[in-house]
Amino acid sequence: MKYIDEFRDGALARNIAASIAAEAEPARRYNLMEFCGGHTHAISRYGVADLLPPPVRMIHGPGCPVCVLPIGRIDLAIQLALEQRVILCTYGDCLRIPASNNLSLLKAKARGGDVRMIYSPADALKIAQAHPGREVVFFAIGFETTTPPTALIIKDAARLGLANLSVLCNHVLTPAAITNILESPEVRQLGTLALDGFIGPAHVSTIIGSRPYEFFAEEYRKPVVIAGFEPLDVMQAVLMLVRQINEGRAEVENEFTRAVTREGNLKAQALVSEVFELRRSFEWRGLGQVPYSALRIREAFAAFDAERKFSLETRSVADNKACECGAILRGVKHPRDCKVFGTVCTPENPIGSCMVSSEGACAAYYSYGRFREIPISAAA
Amino acid sequence: MSKVRPNYVRPLDIRGGHVDMSHGSGGRAMAQLIEQLFAAAFDNEWLAQRNDQALLPQPEGRIVMSTDCHVVSPLFFPGGDIGCLSVHGTINDVAMSGARPLYLAAGFILEEGFPLAELKRIVDSMAAASRDAGVPIVTGDTKVVEAGKGDGVFITTTGVGVVPPGILISGDRARPGDRIIVSGTMGDHGMAVMSQRESLAFGTDLVSDTAALHGLVAAMIEAVPEVRVLRDPTRGGLATTLNEIAAQSGAGMLIDEAAVPVLRQVEAACEFLGLDPLYVANEGKLVAIVPPENAQRLLEVMRAQPLGRNAALIGEVIEDPHHFVQMRTRFGGKRIVDWLAGDQLPRIC
Repeated sequence: MKYIDEFRDGALARNIAASIAAEAEPARRYNLMEFCGGHTHAISRYGVADLLPPPVRMIHGPGCPVCVLPIGRIDLAIQLALEQRVILCTYGDCLRIPASNNLSLLKAKARGGDVRMIYSPADALKIAQAHPGREVVFFAIGFETTTPPTALIIKDAARLGLANLSVLCNHVLTPAAITNILESPEVRQLGTLALDGFIGPAHVSTIIGSRPYEFFAEEYRKPVVIAGFEPLDVMQAVLMLVRQINEGRAEVENEFTRAVTREGNLKAQALVSEVFELRRSFEWRGLGQVPYSALRIREAFAAFDAERKFSLETRSVADNKACECGAILRGVKHPRDCKVFGTVCTPENPIGSCMVSSEGACAAYYSYGRFREIPISAAA
Repeated sequence: MSKVRPNYVRPLDIRGGHVDMSHGSGGRAMAQLIEQLFAAAFDNEWLAQRNDQALLPQPEGRIVMSTDCHVVSPLFFPGGDIGCLSVHGTINDVAMSGARPLYLAAGFILEEGFPLAELKRIVDSMAAASRDAGVPIVTGDTKVVEAGKGDGVFITTTGVGVVPPGILISGDRARPGDRIIVSGTMGDHGMAVMSQRESLAFGTDLVSDTAALHGLVAAMIEAVPEVRVLRDPTRGGLATTLNEIAAQSGAGMLIDEAAVPVLRQVEAACEFLGLDPLYVANEGKLVAIVPPENAQRLLEVMRAQPLGRNAALIGEVIEDPHHFVQMRTRFGGKRIVDWLAGDQLPRIC
């Protein structure tokens, strides 16, 4: 397939792998965090780890929208579907996130809730138009990539005077999460989490540009390479990070120049700031309360804010005690360090959110990579 | 003189009529529906007996039997509809034992209000599929449920067939070293259906691969009776089928991504929906597992058949106590091809 195969080419991958192996110093360790679930997915699905030499270690970051969503927010969506009897629209990945009382949106649907999977927020708008007598709520989640389309339907609903559509906004911000990781005691004081560089987000950066990362490079002396979601992008970014680390540089470099500029998508940014404002604080699964890390709907569009419309109060719900999602999301632990990984917690019966989305560190590792833990003689 | 015609029944209004509760009540309306729609289309000597069962001659050999329920949305899709699908699906399940399918039974659950014209289209499509396959529908049943309690039409078909002597095909017979062959491109049916879903509708010339595979199977086992496993990768796609066989046989599998045939359109549609073609349904394809020394011969025989012309050798059975299905990626790495957890859902980012 054009423009796809070029970025999945095995021969090119071997060339880059050879360069990485030649340039990575054997005595050194290169601990690289890929922030985005999209990268985690690509690494697992294409077997990228097999092409990296031993000194390079990939750490999965918290950039999986499903994984960082706290239980309390899913509970709100379930409450809307089951108690307020709204038509609850959301992305497919959200349906299986485990919530309180052993529920999920999928289970709420089985109990009679009108929960609908949509591909685009515009579908929620259409559903609201088709059912004027019913309340329709779009459960919006995601990082900066998915925020502009949400802003767009809110503006459209306002323009059309669509009174039965509202949005339960859970949009979160990437830079705040990276700061949180870099400021965490594990990284700053204890040194238990060695972090030598970041693979920066692909799609998020198309919106916010590469500039926001310059602060991390300067302030925390960590190199950042923004990379696309194809496996060759990831390989190339690893090579660029190895070079920066070898040369003692800490800069923001852009591997994904085919889509990302320094300033990003200004039109989208303007749209987002017209409709949304910063929340003072927002709970992230794994990271806890993170200041100024999420968006809420501005007063001017209050009529389309489900939190105001239905007077919703978020209750903070603790994760299952045995679940290590929090530490895994911060890169402190590996899925195999979790006691319930692959035993009680599997993709069929996820205990923690990292096991839900195929972008989640645990699900990706379980579905694509767990054979690495168990040597298989005949498959060598 | 009276003008009453003692046995007159007004013909069924197939063009403008709808299914109503009386069509399932056992009365005259039901008899009429069966007579004018089902029996007329499926017409054969067993149905002509008008009994509640078909009396069949005793077949020689080992009998296989299989049943399959069909619920598909939309009912009509490019390349087929629920009617032909319900015939092909059961014929294929019977044929995957190496059997020659002989007879089918069909059960219909109709929703009140369903247009008779659409029902006729479906029934005609079933009749054509059954005639083309040479497997008659010899008995059946119809029920009607109230509006809102069904999805138009549900069809259950049951098939009976006979396995030729000397053939032993079963999901538990894969052995390390055996080769894995698929009969053609993967994922056509699932993506063709998905392209028509209301919420997704995307433009494509993709058509479902729905087809009866017993002819292909007969040619295969005649040339290579050593075939160990046959299975049609329907729901859950190739990945699920390989995992089932691996678990049944207590072995692992190693396949080559580059060798798995996938149409460009399917690849493209999967790409933008965030799906994996290995998990997408097929309705006219099979997976064969065969000892290594017979693999080449089997491939040649399959490629000479219209339904096997894109057959490809995609990997081999390996020893693995964990029964993993692994794949060498085109990119040069390796990964597990796992069971599907729930439905395949699109990713957000």
